[in-house]
Amino acid sequence: MAASDFSSLIAAAADTIAAHAEELTALDQAIGDGDHGLNMKRGFEAVRAEADAFAAKPLPDALKAVGTKLVMTVGGASGPLFGTLFMALGKELPAAPDRDGLTAALGKAIEAVAARGKSQPGQKTMLDVLQPVYEALAQGRTGKEIANAADKAADATVPMKALRGRASFLGDRSIGHMDAGARSTALLVRAIAEAVEDHQ
Amino acid sequence: MSNVGIVIVSHSPLVAEGTADMVRQMVGDEVPLAWCGGNGHGGLGTSVEAIMGAIEKAWSEAGVAILVDLGGAETNSEMAVEMIGEPRSHKIVVCNAPIVEGAVMAATEASGGASLKEVVATAHELSPS
Repeated sequence: MAASDFSSLIAAAADTIAAHAEELTALDQAIGDGDHGLNMKRGFEAVRAEADAFAAKPLPDALKAVGTKLVMTVGGASGPLFGTLFMALGKELPAAPDRDGLTAALGKAIEAVAARGKSQPGQKTMLDVLQPVYEALAQGRTGKEIANAADKAADATVPMKALRGRASFLGDRSIGHMDAGARSTALLVRAIAEAVEDHQ
Repeated sequence: MSNVGIVIVSHSPLVAEGTADMVRQMVGDEVPLAWCGGNGHGGLGTSVEAIMGAIEKAWSEAGVAILVDLGGAETNSEMAVEMIGEPRSHKIVVCNAPIVEGAVMAATEASGGASLKEVVATAHELSPS
């Protein structure tokens, strides 16, 4: 991947988080502590500020740098969770990945996120989006189809009962609200899938 | 110092500092102690960087026990331990215990020269299940 391509992926990710920060915060206010939008925006703006330096690195190192920056700047549990996703992708991806390489790396990265959050799909978290994205990727779906699968998966967290994170304190009252982390994950998946297709 | 160190990590700097005050009242300066709280940007939350700094400050060759409040404090503390890396990460434990009672009990145990394993066990006794 050319350095300019990686920079544009970072810009697309940071743009979508910034554009939806208030929506993410509102989702988190409903069933959490209400800092998700602001925290994610802070993290991705910090990544954007160093995008050119990160993009100059080989892809695995660039992804690890993105993950580390998120860990250090987000300031909530989302920092280690999204940070682990990118750090694990960086650790697992070859320098020039094909779709099989990307699929395998995402599978390992999802395992790392699940371990970090002591969670699994079905508990109303970002994993409920990541898992269907992995399956769509493995089935050879297009970027647009993968993005649509992510949105559908985020919507599917609405009727779920939260079993992890601050929302789990609400028990049944968490039902009827979309998980903020699932929403931000779907936003990132769409931004990255569309940016990658633009470059093909 | 050869006693186990104690680190207090809360979403709120006021809770973290107040807990540290209560620990000091029990054990004085016999236990290496550090606290951190807040997201580093003036809001409630926890910062991996601040947690790593607190672990450095309370570092003891006997090990460090970390007491946390809510989920994000635990996740960020586990991340901080991982980023500090081996071999020291093997001597740092994030305790499953109420933050105030856990910190005071763990520090009291540590002040008597107990091992990290004993200090952590004392904190864990406070947690149901």
